[in-house]
Amino acid sequence: MRFSPEIFAKNIVAAVQEYSLLCAHAVGDIFSRPRYLADTFIQMDSIGVGSLPIVVLTGFFTGCVLALQAAVSLKEFGAVNMTGRLVALSMIKELGPVLTGLMVSGRNASGMASELGSMKVTEQIDAMRALGTDPIRKLVAPRLVATIFMLFFLTIISDACGIAGGALVAVGMLRLNAGAFFHTGYMSLVRGDIVEGLTKPLFSGFIIATIGCYYGLRTTGGTRGVGRSTTQAVVASSVLIILMDFLVTQLMIGIFGR
Amino acid sequence: MTETEPIKRPFVLDTSQPIVEFDSVSIGFDGKSVLKDVNFSVAHAETRIILGPAGCGKSVLMKLANGLIEPDSGEIRIFGRALSSMTQGELFEMRAHIGMVFQESALFDSLDVEDNVAYRLQEEHVSPDEAHERVVQALQFVELEQAIDKFPSELSGGMRRRVSIARAIISSPDLILYDSPTGGLDPITSTTIIDLVVKQRDVSHTTCLLITHRLQDAFTMATHQYNQQKHSMEPIPNGGIDPSVKFLVLNEGKVVFDGETLELTHSTDPWLKAYLE
Repeated sequence: MRFSPEIFAKNIVAAVQEYSLLCAHAVGDIFSRPRYLADTFIQMDSIGVGSLPIVVLTGFFTGCVLALQAAVSLKEFGAVNMTGRLVALSMIKELGPVLTGLMVSGRNASGMASELGSMKVTEQIDAMRALGTDPIRKLVAPRLVATIFMLFFLTIISDACGIAGGALVAVGMLRLNAGAFFHTGYMSLVRGDIVEGLTKPLFSGFIIATIGCYYGLRTTGGTRGVGRSTTQAVVASSVLIILMDFLVTQLMIGIFGR
Repeated sequence: MTETEPIKRPFVLDTSQPIVEFDSVSIGFDGKSVLKDVNFSVAHAETRIILGPAGCGKSVLMKLANGLIEPDSGEIRIFGRALSSMTQGELFEMRAHIGMVFQESALFDSLDVEDNVAYRLQEEHVSPDEAHERVVQALQFVELEQAIDKFPSELSGGMRRRVSIARAIISSPDLILYDSPTGGLDPITSTTIIDLVVKQRDVSHTTCLLITHRLQDAFTMATHQYNQQKHSMEPIPNGGIDPSVKFLVLNEGKVVFDGETLELTHSTDPWLKAYLE
């Protein structure tokens, strides 16, 4: 079939419209009854507790690498004692939220897209509707609440593990003073940094859940379609998380001046 | 369990008016027309068998009847109410009165048979004990109570179809939609399924729409009845025909026949004669 820019543009507009409607519907369902609390707790367990190992490991080793790299650069300026400051700021403002978002996206946006996609191609979504259940209320809203809620705490855990990893490298390998590491790190942080670091996971969680569910619910084309949806969900949510990171950072610089 | 409110039942069944009405319904996908100007109605306690070659729009018609998709034009009335005038919430409430058996069963593969069959009861907040009792009854009806703990992946195609029927009938719906319940099954299993459909029809007198590709299934439904004493299906005595069974034949998205069994078998329409032969 010949490529038509008009059809291509229409498809993009239709996809954005469909995604926006899904988001509006899911958000509306959070604030109205009936609510599927049991499904929400199951998703919290799956998304939050299930993602804990990768978030802890990613955060920890990122902190380790950050301390190593920072020490090499800071040494040239005789500011190796500032390693704690650099690790804490980088982890809390940027790396903690973004890397946690990307890790959870890779694990859960794909999981949601494949699970809902499989349900879609085997008519289970239609069966759910035929049985009088709204699939967005039953499947999307619990995942949205669970992802936003759990990503917030996963990010805090990732930040803590990153700083702990940085401290371990700084003390164990770079022979820096642990007290100085934590003190400089603590003193460098202001309220704006914490707000920035904890605002990002709220948006990331929204992106991961809605994109994962959106691609899952629009799956067509059997098992190959499920695979395609899964890949698209991870790619789209990862790109949107980075884009959101840029926009929120810009906004926070505008608000807090740093 | 969910914190769902019990599903309200605002749809009062008026047996004097058609349960299903299609009024000049048309629908197409990707610029291709699938159903064109379809008109028919199904009365209370009627069994409407939908026949037609593959791809003529039978399953689309079934999904339209359940409000799962919307027509491009025309009006569909279920229980006397136009689907186009209903909100999403009302559509979900309406579907609580309709049982649907999907072509590929569409069982929830992460739930066992009990939870699949009890799904609607759980949504309606029926107590677990009562739900279990009703699930057992529904599974006994489809003669599958021994499979209550199994998962859909552990069942054969025919067993999945029977679980799907149990799920559709558990809440005693006012309308049942069977989308090719015998599709892809061997003749013996198909007969078992048709036996269950006839049993359901003759025991509860529920209005139903049934799609089938197998003409012998369609005519079995018209010429057989369920004997509740013998617990088996048997031919209606003296070559009788069930007057509640009517046929709708589709071809290329259009209704080519709408009438009773004898009218269909005596039709002089060349296409219909060729199709039936």
